[in-house]
Amino acid sequence: MKNFQVAIIGGGVIGSAIARELSKYKLDVVVFEMGSDVASGASKANSGVVHSGINSAPSSLKARFCVEGNKMFQSLADGLGFPVRWVGKCVIAKNEEELSELKRLKQVGMDNSVPGLEIKDGSEINESNVSCHAALWVPTAGITLPYEFTIALAENAAENNVKFLLETKVTGLKKQKNGFLIKTTKGDFNSEIVVNAAGLNCREIVSMLEEPDFQVYPCRGEYLILDKKYRSLVNSMIYPVPVKELGVLGVHITPTIEGNILLGPSAEFIDDAEDKRTTKEMMKTLLKEAREIIPAIPDKAVINAYSGMRCKLASLKEGGWADYQIEEGKQTPGLINLLGIESPGLTAAPAIAKEVTKMISQSIKLKTKNNFKSRRVKGKRFSEMTPQEQSILIKKDDRWGRIVCRCEHVTEAEVIEALSNPLGARTLSSVKYRCRAGMGRCQGGFCTQHIVRIMEGQFNIDVKDMKLKSPDSNLFYGRTREVKDD
Amino acid sequence: MINYDVDVAVIGGGPAGLAAAVSAREHGAKNVVILDRNSWLGGILPQCIHDGFGVEETGTSMTGPEYAEKYIEMAKKHGIDVMKGTMVLQFNKKLEITAVNKKGLHKIRAKSIVLAMGCREKTRWNVMIPGNRSSGIYTAGVAQAFINLYNIIPGKNVVILGSGDVGLIMARRLKFEGANVLGVVEILPYASGLPRNVVQCLDDYDIPLFLNYTVTCIDGKERLEQVTIAQVDDKMNIIPGTEKKIKCDALLLSLGLVPENELASDVGIEIDTVTGGPIVNQYLETTLAGVFACGNCLQVYDTVDVLSADAKNAGKNAAKNLTIQKEDKKISAKIVPGKGVRYVVPQRLSECERVHLTLRVEKPQESSMLRVIAGDKELLKKRLPWVNPANMIEIDVNIPSDTIAFMQSLEVTLDDH
Ligand SMILES: Cc1cc2nc3c(=O)[nH]c(=O)nc-3n(C[C@H](O)[C@H](O)[C@H](O)COP(=O)(O)OP(=O)(O)OC[C@H]3O[C@@H](n4cnc5c(N)ncnc54)[C@H](O)[C@@H]3O)c2cc1C
Ligand SMILES: Cc1cc2nc3c(=O)[nH]c(=O)nc-3n(C[C@H](O)[C@H](O)[C@H](O)COP(=O)(O)OP(=O)(O)OC[C@H]3O[C@@H](n4cnc5c(N)ncnc54)[C@H](O)[C@@H]3O)c2cc1C
Repeated sequence: MKNFQVAIIGGGVIGSAIARELSKYKLDVVVFEMGSDVASGASKANSGVVHSGINSAPSSLKARFCVEGNKMFQSLADGLGFPVRWVGKCVIAKNEEELSELKRLKQVGMDNSVPGLEIKDGSEINESNVSCHAALWVPTAGITLPYEFTIALAENAAENNVKFLLETKVTGLKKQKNGFLIKTTKGDFNSEIVVNAAGLNCREIVSMLEEPDFQVYPCRGEYLILDKKYRSLVNSMIYPVPVKELGVLGVHITPTIEGNILLGPSAEFIDDAEDKRTTKEMMKTLLKEAREIIPAIPDKAVINAYSGMRCKLASLKEGGWADYQIEEGKQTPGLINLLGIESPGLTAAPAIAKEVTKMISQSIKLKTKNNFKSRRVKGKRFSEMTPQEQSILIKKDDRWGRIVCRCEHVTEAEVIEALSNPLGARTLSSVKYRCRAGMGRCQGGFCTQHIVRIMEGQFNIDVKDMKLKSPDSNLFYGRTREVKDD
Repeated sequence: MINYDVDVAVIGGGPAGLAAAVSAREHGAKNVVILDRNSWLGGILPQCIHDGFGVEETGTSMTGPEYAEKYIEMAKKHGIDVMKGTMVLQFNKKLEITAVNKKGLHKIRAKSIVLAMGCREKTRWNVMIPGNRSSGIYTAGVAQAFINLYNIIPGKNVVILGSGDVGLIMARRLKFEGANVLGVVEILPYASGLPRNVVQCLDDYDIPLFLNYTVTCIDGKERLEQVTIAQVDDKMNIIPGTEKKIKCDALLLSLGLVPENELASDVGIEIDTVTGGPIVNQYLETTLAGVFACGNCLQVYDTVDVLSADAKNAGKNAAKNLTIQKEDKKISAKIVPGKGVRYVVPQRLSECERVHLTLRVEKPQESSMLRVIAGDKELLKKRLPWVNPANMIEIDVNIPSDTIAFMQSLEVTLDDH
């Protein structure tokens, strides 16, 4: 049985950020993730906004970690090679009454030391498709690619010797003399400290050791994605004033790094935390609400839909808002719980990771590694290179000359690099999220067959074992007949 | 950069590209090159192992690979250069093509370009089907490639959405491989594929066809587990209470094809929003002089026979473009679809002469009258016994030289009488 000093349950952005922070120290760290890759839960399906900190009450953990995390983003992005862009956001007021809400938000922001906040007249904003009475301009809000961010944290942690065990579900925990016995679908492990970063499953993990004194209320958020053709509809993010009754920010319009626009999210409290279906009704509602902000959005602009699940600690009746709980188990020292990490969790992740590291340092003396690799070497994409750079690479390795994804111009070399990731994630989505193959207009129509051939030919993956995104999401039924080409 | 100069560069080596290249050689072009991103020639045909190709053209029914082979042989005989595994990344207004393959980046300077990039399939998101993002959802052509080229079976219990030809053929193909085909679901009141395929692929195998039905939800947290289908009214709205759930592990989408024209639109060539292909004149020349279009990237054809015939024209004109003066094009009139007609190709007329029109009607109709009208002049009137959007109509019409001088557009209409 393998012994670890710290075991992290959950490879979402929170677990991955903690793993990366801990990888700076001489520690034996493991991450258990039941999905086939990191960023399998909320960390993959959200708005991708780097929040500024105007939405959470001063003195709350949400406000503190959001503001701290926001400040850390640019240097993390530079070091780990994931994108962030500071497009800013406008919270718009349709009338005098909503204007007072803007003033309140501005005050909250100022109390949280958010810089540059400004209330502008409706005519002063730099958005020709938006008409409003007034707007709060938030220059420090940005956008990122949430899955690339999470993957970057996790891969850098792995490069610094954190062990990631994918498709490994934690099924039981037992307190022992020196730490915990951890039962998983891939065997038993020991660890001195357990970090519960299981997102929506955080309560289930607590209940393996003690009676939880809280409830989790899943709240689904659906999105629509608009074609890249419509990118110029907005320059910055456009938010309505927050919906107080639901404890959410409301349907907003968000440009993405890839040049699309997101409409959403909706907010719907539901019973089944795993029910991530999108619905026709909500698709209609989202378009309707988005059109209240930008009337010019055409029907045919929509090219995709997805949903994400919020992990709320307050029910609809209670108003949906609760602060994060980041603390040791009430009756279980050594268990560090991260509960209710909903928005702005993506933004807060790097700051939360520092806090958790501090908590761990109280029971384990942390010594810094002198060979810590703070940067992740991430090459440019073929499609972003100059012709000279492209030519040189093809000469060195001709797999750079074979285009596998016709829409995004991704090469065979990039697909192989994606499949060789240090986490050992090997699904079709793992490839997509690392090199964009399959993200274009044809949605994998051309590249799927080529990627499948690469998986089979160069990674010896049997077609029966190929997966779309998760352990049971097999791509194929099998072979028509066994072919033997000798 | 590796540099070349050619007379005619053909982008795409499917049946259209092959036919155009051969014809360009036959009409005097010396250096003709075909560029294709696949490692084979023939485009989509090598995966179409059923027969029915070339009947109109040659009188014999061939399989896709056989039909392609015929043209590949001809291309060889004509000494046409072929660059396989070569992706065209872009071309500019000076007709300089940038392409990439394992040898490096290539710049090909062409006197004429023929676009023959074919088409791609519509996806789930073109029709926005709600539900889970499960595995087991494939477009019919991708499923066909997996079965016929790689011996991989996508699923065992299959529902097919859309009754386009590819979907119909796949219904039969899956049956051959021992899969259960639980039904073909079509939102329209009629099948959108060729009538002969409905008989030969569904009726002969007792596969149910659900007309006026659509898929309303996809369920399956990981792999597909079930789809919900429901009936629609004549305005395509779902009729509550008609929902049926079908357990299945694969959903094939045969929702139609979209001409592949990013290369053309990137360089500023005008695209027809109905056909999805470039706007062309009767020489199949696009709005960028010296660039011609043919095959499924011009418009989605029903059969390869008609497609090849048109592609030969594009090749011939690309070769002639090397010798004619561009100013020869005297006029620029529009050819527009009128009542009952969905689209007409070509969309422009550059000279008054006998022209070949291809068109599709809006809906199925018994006996109707097709007219070509210029102002108050009727240039052609023809009774058609039975028309159907799935069947492309071809007509030749004489346009006398004085017709267009005073009229800037030619209209094609379809009436009951
Ligand atoms: C709709 C929506 C929009 C949002 N928008 C934003 C935004 O714009 N900006 C922002 O900053 N934040 C946003 N958030 C919040 C942010 O996405 C989350 O706070 C963050 O992703 C939470 O990360 P996590 O690691 O806690 O959870 P998750 O990403 O859900 O990770 C938990 C992981 O634990 C794994 N796991 C669970 N149980 C087990 C087990 N027993 N064994 C092994 N593994 C297990 C799961 O598979 C999962 O991968 C949004 C959230 C939602 C839902
Ligand atoms: C499932 C199916 C069944 C069919 N059944 C029949 C039938 O029974 N009878 C019949 O007559 N017809 C049938 N057809 C129709 C016929 O196959 C097509 O009409 C024909 O193949 C289209 O030819 P094309 O050359 O336009 O396109 P394609 O065959 O698609 O060829 C286009 C080529 O262009 C290449 N290309 C595209 N972009 C680039 C780029 N940027 N750089 C380099 N290369 C590029 C592609 O790789 C491809 O090889 C069927 C079609 C399908 C899909």
